[in-house]
Amino acid sequence: MFKQKNYFALGVVMLVVVLLLSLPTRVTGRFKLALGSWFLPLFGLAGAAQQLPADLADSVLPRHELLKQIDNLRRENQQLRSQAVQSAAIARENDQLRTELNWQKQAPWKLKLARVIMRDPANWWRTVQIDLGSRDGVTKDLPVLTSSGLIGRVSSVSLTRSQVVLIGDRACRVSAIVENATRDMGVVVATSPIDTSLVNLTYLASSANLKAGQGVVTSGLGGVFPKGIPIGQIVYSSSVEYGLYTEAQVKLNANLGSLEQVWVLFP
Amino acid sequence: MNAFRTILILAAAFLAVFGEATLPFPRSLLGAQVDLLPAIMVYAALNSNLTTVVTLAIFGGLWFDTFSADPLGVTILPLFLVGFPIHLRRDLILRQALFAQLVLGATASAIVPLVKLLMLLSGSTGPLLGWGTLWQWLVMTAGGALATPFIFELMERCNRALGYQPRQETSFRPDREIQRGRKKN
Repeated sequence: MFKQKNYFALGVVMLVVVLLLSLPTRVTGRFKLALGSWFLPLFGLAGAAQQLPADLADSVLPRHELLKQIDNLRRENQQLRSQAVQSAAIARENDQLRTELNWQKQAPWKLKLARVIMRDPANWWRTVQIDLGSRDGVTKDLPVLTSSGLIGRVSSVSLTRSQVVLIGDRACRVSAIVENATRDMGVVVATSPIDTSLVNLTYLASSANLKAGQGVVTSGLGGVFPKGIPIGQIVYSSSVEYGLYTEAQVKLNANLGSLEQVWVLFP
Repeated sequence: MNAFRTILILAAAFLAVFGEATLPFPRSLLGAQVDLLPAIMVYAALNSNLTTVVTLAIFGGLWFDTFSADPLGVTILPLFLVGFPIHLRRDLILRQALFAQLVLGATASAIVPLVKLLMLLSGSTGPLLGWGTLWQWLVMTAGGALATPFIFELMERCNRALGYQPRQETSFRPDREIQRGRKKN
């Protein structure tokens, strides 16, 4: 049954596996980059296939519909401009007050739009890949968010793509504050492998006064996520470890199951 | 057996990995993505040689790990551990029977994630596990089982349509040609 060629095949596979698993992370990252480049033609095809229906829809849209859309966009633009003027005035006032109190000035957020190009094929990780890489200035640990709230951080970067580890994965823990009177602080950790909309907020003080619907934002501790990025809302809280601390379930603001476009937050 | 079948199997694995990473179905519906590599490995183990099994395990595993947060190379061994015993016993397996394809597909799709999880649990960053993992494992097993007969059918059709087929021997034999007319002495 066991011929020499079978032993040889088994030996080759074992050798390759041991060799690859013993390589340093930096080298395996480069290997992954090289192997990922094999799929570039397919990425191009998939992108073109996604763009085609949109292009077709645009070409058959009647003129009056386009004019209506332009009119709506103009109105929205005017509203946003007036809001931007108001925000700038508030920011100036905030800066002035911070200067008077000798507080450090808040840096404005620099955001870059990215497209989610693929999800992790393995079910036990929560990661996605985006179409921004080191050539776009992306570095490791940059926060990634949507207009609804935080979704994760950049975990590895290649030239044209980056891997984003999503909130709820074991590799993405976030220090957070509950928006209540006592500003209770905890850590957002992973929960169920299936439900991507829920995460656990743990290590809250045992005296924490939590109610359903209270907002949860980043605390700014840890140096990765800036303070004040919305994360989600408290759903349910309970005392754990014989009352040693409180744990809460948080419903995420961002829908991690249907991510298409995300923002990378630059320092 | 020719190289075309090996190329076809590798191309199927390449497309399967890309599809698993880019297509939202069935993850959006069932909460788990079905892995097609074990099903392709079953086909390769039953219909090709050991070199193809080894090549598929190495390249399929590497492609899968490229898009995943898995450490590079962790998928190779589980795929090979499924393909190798099937290949050794391929003469005893009724590969054309639908039931055999379903059972082999289910077994392979169940074993590969289990072995991979065992390997990952020995690493530094553990994977996201819970009661939901059991559901994901069932979806992967059932999905793999259902996909296997489709993969067999698809690969056979592609092989018939595009591959080299040995020429059918004719019944004509020059030494048995009937000589008509009278023999000339």
